[in-house]
Amino acid sequence: MRHVFQVRIGPVGFRIGSDWRAPIAQLEALYAAYPKPVDGVPDFTVRLFAARPWRRIVRPAVMIGGDYVLPEAAPLPLAQGLLAAEMGMNLQMALGQRHFLLLHAAVVERDGQALILTGVSGAGKSTLAALLSLRGWRLMGDEFALLDPATGLLHAFPRLVSLKNASVATVAAEVPVDRLGPVLEGTPKGTIRHLVPDVAALAGMDVPAKPALILFPSFGYESATRDVAQSEVFVRLTQASTNYVAMGERGFDALTALVQGVPARAIDYPDTDGAIALVEAAWAAR
Amino acid sequence: MDDSRGDIVYRMARPETLKITHLDSFTAVFHRASGITHLVTSPVPEILAALGEAGMRRVDLMARLSVDYLLGDADEAALDARLDELVAAGLVAVA
Repeated sequence: MRHVFQVRIGPVGFRIGSDWRAPIAQLEALYAAYPKPVDGVPDFTVRLFAARPWRRIVRPAVMIGGDYVLPEAAPLPLAQGLLAAEMGMNLQMALGQRHFLLLHAAVVERDGQALILTGVSGAGKSTLAALLSLRGWRLMGDEFALLDPATGLLHAFPRLVSLKNASVATVAAEVPVDRLGPVLEGTPKGTIRHLVPDVAALAGMDVPAKPALILFPSFGYESATRDVAQSEVFVRLTQASTNYVAMGERGFDALTALVQGVPARAIDYPDTDGAIALVEAAWAAR
Repeated sequence: MDDSRGDIVYRMARPETLKITHLDSFTAVFHRASGITHLVTSPVPEILAALGEAGMRRVDLMARLSVDYLLGDADEAALDARLDELVAAGLVAVA
């Protein structure tokens, strides 16, 4: 690869190689305050390469490669190279992570205790995590919760927060522009803009937290809160995990302990102010 | 009921091959050999507990379940079907 960038996000080191300079320059700028992989050895490698040699120059199209690949993944235009890098990093984690049980969830922390926000795509995990991080919570991650089977603790994975569509303006209104990446229009997920996690998230990157509450948010409904039974939590979290089966008995032990030890609630919310109020109320009542 | 099954002794799979965790409305059973998690509800946990390691014939199992639980319409065919499923899943062994 002509251009290379390395970064450590929480316990995971990445090496991203690219045929083009532009995506690497964007990563260098947005991940400027992040550390490098321990001893310079990454856990995962992502490659952004031209679909055909001439496509590096003419209508450049970015293919995502790495230790783990999705063979049917379509190339992205070069303007979305940053998104391609992020997708590649997520893919390596989702398919290759063996140390932690991975849950597709956002995690924030306060007073050493972690709040897990999980739900289907579009439920508002990233938006809520970003807004909570602006209201005194430490952002531990907006995409993956890393549950350590040996300790039951959650480890932070504070990658760039991926804001989508309406949430771009909602969050951008509250943060300085130098914490925002370029606006990526017309991606497979709509409009995307990345938010750089704040100083507290980066400073606390290596500090795990004990899970204290699991919330299943749903956007677009009147405000409501209900308890979620352990059995439903278990099923929903196995569905939200990318590596539950691969983790075998360690995954079973970690997940059953989490489900039995941590209360869970579903919250429906009509808007972000309503969501913040529901989260705080559920946290107080945990 | 198929009488050719009458003398078969069913027993729970060896305890070291299973990990059983009771959640509120079902029981999660991890089967170590296959790595599969089975989510089961009544009467499966009751059947596994009744069979235990010693095991028993199905007629004795039905009698035990009838003593321990109020079986409104005890259905031997249904019990046979559950036992067959549990044997296929590796959670119950035949002696």
